[in-house]
Amino acid sequence: MAQMKIAKVITRSVLSRPATRLYPFEKRPFFRNTRGSVSIEIDKCIFCGICQKKCPTAAITVVKASKDWQINRLRCIACNACVEACPKKCLAMENAYSPAVVKKGADDAFHQGDKSKAEATQA
Amino acid sequence: MATRTIIPFGPQHPVLPEPIHLDLVLEDERVVEAIPSIGFIHRGLEKLVEKKDFLEMTYVAERICGICSFIHGQAYSQAIEGMMKIDVPERALYLRTIWGEMSRIHSHLLWLGLFADGFGFESLFMHSWRVREKLLDIIEETTGGRVIFGTAKIGGVRRDMDTFALNRIQGELKTIEKQCREITDVFKKDGSVQRRTKGVGNLSNKDAIALGAVGPTVRGSGVAIDMRKLGYAAYAKINWEPVVETGCDCYARCMVRCRELYQSFDMIYQAIAKIPEGPVDVKVTGNPSSEYFARVEQPRGEVIYYVKGNGSKNLERFRVRTPTFANIPPLVKMLGGCELADVPVIVLTIDPCISCTER
Repeated sequence: MAQMKIAKVITRSVLSRPATRLYPFEKRPFFRNTRGSVSIEIDKCIFCGICQKKCPTAAITVVKASKDWQINRLRCIACNACVEACPKKCLAMENAYSPAVVKKGADDAFHQGDKSKAEATQA
Repeated sequence: MATRTIIPFGPQHPVLPEPIHLDLVLEDERVVEAIPSIGFIHRGLEKLVEKKDFLEMTYVAERICGICSFIHGQAYSQAIEGMMKIDVPERALYLRTIWGEMSRIHSHLLWLGLFADGFGFESLFMHSWRVREKLLDIIEETTGGRVIFGTAKIGGVRRDMDTFALNRIQGELKTIEKQCREITDVFKKDGSVQRRTKGVGNLSNKDAIALGAVGPTVRGSGVAIDMRKLGYAAYAKINWEPVVETGCDCYARCMVRCRELYQSFDMIYQAIAKIPEGPVDVKVTGNPSSEYFARVEQPRGEVIYYVKGNGSKNLERFRVRTPTFANIPPLVKMLGGCELADVPVIVLTIDPCISCTER
């Protein structure tokens, strides 16, 4: 009788679609609430440094004098602490993960005076 | 007397991705004695309290274990809340219960799969994990993380679920429960499963108590010890009784986990029906300055969190005793006199989580 039980499960799984996806052709959609990666609207940022203080892994570096905001994606644990603490609500948690990188260090830098630097580091 | 040989089991062994090392003293094919050694992946997380403030330590506590991460975070929060006498809002307690039970279901399904793999039932392993995947989706949808929930917080929880979401996950959980029943029926009735598990790895009722076993290991030996009966979170307001089996063998411990699956589903349904409206967290002010013991039931058994504050934002002492650590002496007892081929099955029945144990 018990053999019949597993037979039922197996028959259904043979006849149904695979439980896995054909990655990379078919990608898994992210949920709306997924904590993927931190993003910033740099124009609204006042460089107060609260996110740097609240970050448990010290992934964020803010320099007020030069209006610099940097995040080290490899240190970030996507805990949402900076987003909750931001007084200007310029930080947000995107639901997609940040893309893979080839070198360590601050791979996501923003400099308000010189936008070309931000573009250069992202390229 | 037959010649004795020593066979090393682990720290790298196909049945267990985690590093525990056992020296198995054999007479022919029979294990006479097992000598365990741990300490391969000590991470020194308890020492981190000197660097991280007590609010940030929640993130560290959650990362002690990858499977019961939420319950670790919850236990740490409960310890600090107990020390600072913080009243957690009712709704947060219910949400903690819901997420805690979800992580119990996902942990038990993972274990059922690994157990099936341990005795060579590959397809049962795959089916268990396919069902678990659906539950991980619900967890990701409601908390934002698949494995590290990140929702435990001192003074409450960090996310809320609206009534619509609660009703929808109840519907999805009912489907998962149906699929679980098909799988657990195989564990319960299949002849090949019974031949590998019945009468294997005996741990008598007396030994289980004397050696301080916890969780499904002790409940499989007929002792009704379950920390949820202390009534933390919303467990005092939910109808339930600890699952106890009296078989004392691997089969009994497997059955405890199968039945606990349905108990957890039932607890979630009850919690969804009773959850009150209101805030989900309170603001934490001041620094902790006394000491506290928190005892919480994890999927693997009782975890003890000891915290001691000194009035500053860093705790003075932080100590965790995880269920696997308590279950190693009973494991050594179970291994005495068993067959070499049964060792993987017996080791798996305590649901070892070595990363937690060594922190």
